[in-house]
Amino acid sequence: MYGIGILKGLGVTLKHFIETYIDDIRWLGKRYYNDEALSVRQGPQARGVFTVQYPEEKLNIPEEFRFIPFLVYDELPNGEIVERCTSCGICAKVCPPQCIWIVRSSDPLTGRPKPESAEFYIDIDICMNCGLCAEFCPFDSIKMDHHFELASYDRSKDQIYNKDRLMKPASYYASIRPKNYEKEEKVRREKEAAKAAKA
Amino acid sequence: MPENSKESKQVKKGMEDVEARFSELLTPDERTGYGGYLIQADHLLDFALGVRDELGFDYLSSVTGVDYLPDGKMEVVYHAYRSKGGPALVFKVQVPRDNPVVPSLVSIYPGANFQEREAWDLLGIRFAGHPNLQRILTWEGFEGHPLRKDWKEPFYEEDTKPFKNRWPEGHVYRIEEKVEYGKNVQYPANFNPETWIPEADSLLYTGTAHFNGEKGSNGRSLETDHIIVNLGPQHPSTHGVFRMVVTLDGETIVDLQPVMGYLHRNHEKISERNTFIMNMPYTDRLDYICSMSNNFGYALAVEKLMGIKPPERAEYIRVMMVELTRVLNHLWAIGFLLNDLGAFFTPALYAINDRELILDIFEATAGSRMMCNYFRFGGVVRDLPEGALEKVRELVHERLPRRVDDLEDYLTDNEIVRSRGIGVGILPYEKAIAYSAGGPVLRASGVPYDVRKADPYSIYDRFDFNVAVRYNGDVYDRYLIRIDEIRESLKILQQVVRDLPGGEIQTGRLQYQVRVPPGEAYGRVENPKGELGFYVVSNGKPNPWRYHVRAPSFINVTAMAEMCKGYKIADVVAVLGSIDIVLGETDR
Repeated sequence: MYGIGILKGLGVTLKHFIETYIDDIRWLGKRYYNDEALSVRQGPQARGVFTVQYPEEKLNIPEEFRFIPFLVYDELPNGEIVERCTSCGICAKVCPPQCIWIVRSSDPLTGRPKPESAEFYIDIDICMNCGLCAEFCPFDSIKMDHHFELASYDRSKDQIYNKDRLMKPASYYASIRPKNYEKEEKVRREKEAAKAAKA
Repeated sequence: MPENSKESKQVKKGMEDVEARFSELLTPDERTGYGGYLIQADHLLDFALGVRDELGFDYLSSVTGVDYLPDGKMEVVYHAYRSKGGPALVFKVQVPRDNPVVPSLVSIYPGANFQEREAWDLLGIRFAGHPNLQRILTWEGFEGHPLRKDWKEPFYEEDTKPFKNRWPEGHVYRIEEKVEYGKNVQYPANFNPETWIPEADSLLYTGTAHFNGEKGSNGRSLETDHIIVNLGPQHPSTHGVFRMVVTLDGETIVDLQPVMGYLHRNHEKISERNTFIMNMPYTDRLDYICSMSNNFGYALAVEKLMGIKPPERAEYIRVMMVELTRVLNHLWAIGFLLNDLGAFFTPALYAINDRELILDIFEATAGSRMMCNYFRFGGVVRDLPEGALEKVRELVHERLPRRVDDLEDYLTDNEIVRSRGIGVGILPYEKAIAYSAGGPVLRASGVPYDVRKADPYSIYDRFDFNVAVRYNGDVYDRYLIRIDEIRESLKILQQVVRDLPGGEIQTGRLQYQVRVPPGEAYGRVENPKGELGFYVVSNGKPNPWRYHVRAPSFINVTAMAEMCKGYKIADVVAVLGSIDIVLGETDR
């Protein structure tokens, strides 16, 4: 009979419609603005309306999520700040859209290059968030951020990040990528131990 | 290199009959790292006709040009296959660079049509006898042929990346400061954009409407006029910026010309300036729905050149990612096909819902939902994170099969889908092959051709799955075949999560500047939209000498006119939706 297929299809729509209400009742009104419910709602068990109430609710960001690089610095116990970047230029060389600009610093007396950067810029309008810089940095110095709300009012000034805006402490890095941080610290400690054993 | 030379020998091994039949016309290509045969331009048509009709190479997959500037030569490279399966027959024609003329193969392989136009547009190779040799990706007032090695754009920085002014003296400036608005284009001599009338555009109309003088008829005594309708470039059903110039007789389509290139950025030129590894994230942006499978094709091509193979675990992870991509692409395609048929967004959103769950896995593994940039030469970037495999298992064993059934309940028997789809936009078996259609479009026309089975790559020979085939070649079958393919992909995925071995995920240590030995390689994968091929030529330098993408959406559109003729104007939208094009790849 003509129309059976359409009725069957409408049945599916009805099922989807009702599922949201059932899910609402299941969460006793706590379906929204609730981290536990959010992870279920966005997981393989999700039923009913799938959308997220952004910006009040935000999706969980997995550790490997990558957006716009930043530079990591270490804070020594005495409060001194040590940049990890040695200005080797690998990130600038591997960057596909060539959005990284580095001025290497040099010794004012001898004029020889020093292993640190004088200026460091990333044009975030050009950055394609590929993560190759972070992947190939031998000093764990440039890493990909999790912060993705970057809108600004003046694109001619605000979209080129200088060193001030790029530098973030290692503790921040540890907070967004705990597993990677742990792994790298382990390698670093082993290296230092090996060095000490040699000496 | 060892792998590479073995490869070229293998190609020759399957070609005894070709050599026996055409020995006097062919010279094997003996440059280091190259394979296939060289042939004189005069003999090309005879040869092509012979291999198609006598030896069964009926599927011309890829046509492209290479500019060998130092040798003063242009080379046209053809990759032909048997639609029954098997290795490629690669043949090449070399012509002098200052007057490159090659006979057109459109009369033998209609699928060469757009590809030859592309080679003319970008490389300036003329194809004698081509029915409509006009620019296809760039605009008609464009000066020069951008893929020629001596062509430079107005804000040319350097020939190859990395640019020298980024480090160690990288004083930042915005490119916009250097390239003022109005000075960022270059025109031919004596060209004034204000007074220019697009000649080719009017040619397009007259070409389309060569019927214009004639009167149409609706099959009865009533006399009708032809009218031309522009569908697009801004049209919600074109899935991007895509234009179709349709000649109508009443409501019936007499002719259709696709017009593309609105999103053209010369991906290939960008990539020839990039180093090899830099191209990986750029491939994401081709078919932006399926970035994982684009990565796969490019990685395969470069791995062939480098002669490396990824470790077992990486192979399995790759297949897993690519099959998940196929599922999500087909969900997307079905959803938006229904949108085009008028079921406004309800089916699309139901389908996207499950796509979202797959994207979550990509995000946790690769770091990005759509621009994955996950594959590397000889492996993948990183291992699966904790919990990802369990999530995939749950999806492929429980949720996705259930949801596909749901989708089928919802749509397959729907009377509107059936009446809009059945018998509409038919592409017959022979034409599907002749027009080099790929993927679901080809298989819905009854050609059981799937690169995963016909010319297996990676570890696809280990899995138990079927090539989905449907026989009517209409819009409805192109919908059904996507459902079938999702089911087959789920079958593969279930085997992958069962068998996934442990171990390394990268062969050796990946350097930021990989050394790629000189030679050529063609990496082809069965993308969700059709056969995706990467033709890469290396001359041993850090940047590829030639990088060509055989984009399935671009070539599938070649058969578009054939599918639409004789149907109603409203069916164009359904046919285009059923081909499933993505403009990032079509326009490149």
